[in-house]
Amino acid sequence: MKNEKLNEAYNAYVEARIPKTKPWPSLFNAFWVGGLVCLLGQGINELILYLFPSMAEQTAWAWTLVALIFIASFLTAVGVFDKIGKFAGAGTIVPITGFSNSIASPAIEFKHEGIIYGTCVKMFSIAGPVIVSGVVSSVLVGVIYYIVGLF
Amino acid sequence: MFLIGGLVCMLGQVLIITTKITSARILVLFVLIGVVLQAFNIFDPISQFAQAGINVPIIGFGASLAKGAMSAVESRGLLGAFTGGLEATAAGIAAAVGFAFLFSLIFKSRTK
Repeated sequence: MKNEKLNEAYNAYVEARIPKTKPWPSLFNAFWVGGLVCLLGQGINELILYLFPSMAEQTAWAWTLVALIFIASFLTAVGVFDKIGKFAGAGTIVPITGFSNSIASPAIEFKHEGIIYGTCVKMFSIAGPVIVSGVVSSVLVGVIYYIVGLF
Repeated sequence: MFLIGGLVCMLGQVLIITTKITSARILVLFVLIGVVLQAFNIFDPISQFAQAGINVPIIGFGASLAKGAMSAVESRGLLGAFTGGLEATAAGIAAAVGFAFLFSLIFKSRTK
């Protein structure tokens, strides 16, 4: 019983300490940072297509995403991503950079728990659900597509 | 594409503010949006127009999962439903995991 009361007090304390995000500026920040990330992606994509004109469009996109993922995990590793993330909110979460950050961040943070149980396990604590839901739904779409194609 | 990418991210921020959902749920939600868009063949027309604005957000990841599954079904039948999705996104996933692992070996945690 005493614990419950303590928990309530703690929750109230946490609630009071959570930094309040001001809705309008954060919307604006998410908008322009998100737009900038996409612009960067477009730039990389066009550069790749310019350097390798014979490359298929889909291959160029794959390279673009790999490049963005590399940049995001590097910025995560040197601690810059967190600062941008705090400022931009969804502006860096929603692009593929957020996916990359969600893997790199716990991988580095839990390094001290060991390579296997720290890095390798915690790596997927956020990306796991993303990949699972994505794969399950894509298998579903594929199966439905197959059944529809039968008729 | 700046405008569309920005709007997509702003939509995510609206969700964060109004419902206080975590970033993991946002990512899951946007991947599912991408899968659904591709399943109904709406993604390609948007992608032609918006380019990076829709391909860079995680929606593009979901769309290429579904796209991979659908085109693999056409070429290899039902098995494609299982192989296609991951095949199409393998580069992204492997890059994210690989770079994360590499950097975790090199760098120490900065967040205190």
